Amino acid sequence: MGILKIALYLILAPFIGGLLAGIDRKIGARFQGRQGPPLLQPFYDLFKLFEKQSLVVNGVQDFFVGGYFIFVLFTGCLFFIGGDLLLVCFALTLAEVFLMMAACSANSPYSAMGSQRELLQMMAYEPMLLLTAIGFYIATGSFMVEDIARSNVSPIVYLPGMFFGFLYILTIKFRKSPFDISTSHHAHQEMVKGITTELSGNILALVELAVWYEDVLLLGMIGLFIVNMKWWSFLIAAAVCLIAYILETFVDNLFPRVKWDSMLKSTWLVTLVAGGVNLLILTLVR
Amino acid sequence: MNISKSPWLLHYDGSSCNGCDIEVLACTTPVYDVERFGVVNTGNPKHADIFLITGGINSQNREVVKQLYSQMPDPKVVVAVGICACDGGIFKECYNILGGVDTVIPVDIYVPGCAAKPESIIDGVVKAVALLDKKRAAMKAGKTPASQKEE
Repeated sequence: MGILKIALYLILAPFIGGLLAGIDRKIGARFQGRQGPPLLQPFYDLFKLFEKQSLVVNGVQDFFVGGYFIFVLFTGCLFFIGGDLLLVCFALTLAEVFLMMAACSANSPYSAMGSQRELLQMMAYEPMLLLTAIGFYIATGSFMVEDIARSNVSPIVYLPGMFFGFLYILTIKFRKSPFDISTSHHAHQEMVKGITTELSGNILALVELAVWYEDVLLLGMIGLFIVNMKWWSFLIAAAVCLIAYILETFVDNLFPRVKWDSMLKSTWLVTLVAGGVNLLILTLVR
Repeated sequence: MNISKSPWLLHYDGSSCNGCDIEVLACTTPVYDVERFGVVNTGNPKHADIFLITGGINSQNREVVKQLYSQMPDPKVVVAVGICACDGGIFKECYNILGGVDTVIPVDIYVPGCAAKPESIIDGVVKAVALLDKKRAAMKAGKTPASQKEE
C-alpha cells in the first residue's frame, strides 16, 4: 500500500503541478486582458528545457540541484505514505537549503542575492510551518500524517487560526507576488531571475519539476486540515486545495511585491496572532 | 514534442532610438499577446532561446552583445529587429557605429522596418522558432552548433 502511494505521488504530482501552473498562467493573463498561453504550456516549457544544452557554471551546482530534487521527492513521499509531519518539515527545509547552496555556488550577484533573500523567506515562514505541525499534534495527539488523516473530526475545527497562518505562508512557499522576492515566476522581474539566474537547460528543468512536486506536497498539507474518517472528506479536501491555489493566484495578480522587512514583520505577526492564539486556546481546551 | 512550442526571448537594445523597443514590448501587450504561442520575455540570457536585438552595434555595446550571445545555451537564434540592427540604418555613417548586429555575432533572421511593426516582429519570431527546431535536429544529429565553432 505504501509503495502504491509513493508510485502514485511520483507519477501524478508532476501532472497536477504542471496543470496548476498552467491554470495559474491562464488566470494571470486574463487579469491583464490577454488570452494567455495554452493550458499545457508549462509542460511544453519543461520539455523544451530538457532539450536545451545546459551551461554548467561549476560541478557543485549540479550536485546541489540534484540534492534539492531528491529531497523534495523524499519529503513528498514521506508525507503521502503518512509519515512524521515534523520530519516532513525538516526534510523540506533541507531541500530548500540545497537550492540555496546551488544558487550560492555560482559567481553571480543576482544568484547570490536571490539565495540570501530565500534565506530571509525561510526565516519568515519556518516558525509558522513548525507551529502548524505542533498544532496538528495537540489537536489529534499524533505527528503521524496517517493518524491525523484518520481523526474523527477535521483538524480545521481545532485549527482555524493555523489554517489561516498556513495559507499566509503558502504565498511565500509558492513564490507568489507580494512575497516573491527571491525569484519570481513572472518573466523579466526580480533580480533577473534570482536564485535560478545561473541555472539553464535540463538543470533548470529539474528545479521546475521539483517545484511542481513541492506545490503538490504543500497542497497536501492544506488538505490535511480538512480530511477525517469519512471518505467524502477527501473530496472536500481536494476542492479546498484547488480553491487555495486559485486564491494564491488572485493574490499574486492583485498585490505588488513588498520589501523583505515588511514580509518578515507581517508573516511573524500573522504567525504570532493567528497561530499563537490558536495554540493557546487549543492547549486550554484540550 | 517540439522545442518551438516554448520560445523564450531575450531582448537587448543596442543603440536604437527606442522605437523598435517599444514595438517589441507592444508584442507582449493584450493587442498582440505573443504569450499565446508560449513566448516569454525572460531578460536572462541563460534561459533564452531567441536573442532579439534592436539598434546598431557601437564600440561600447559590442562586447556586451558578444557576451550575451555566448551566455545563451544552444540551440539559439538571433533576430535583428529594425533597420539599424540589420545594417546600421540611419546611424550607419556615425563615427562610433560599427554597423548591424552581424558585425559581431551571426544573425539568423533580419526584420527590417523603421520602426519594425509588431506584425513583422512576430513574423520574424515565427521564422526564428522554425529555425530553432532545425537547429535542435542538427544538434541531435551530432553537428556542432555554429556558435561553438567560432570559439
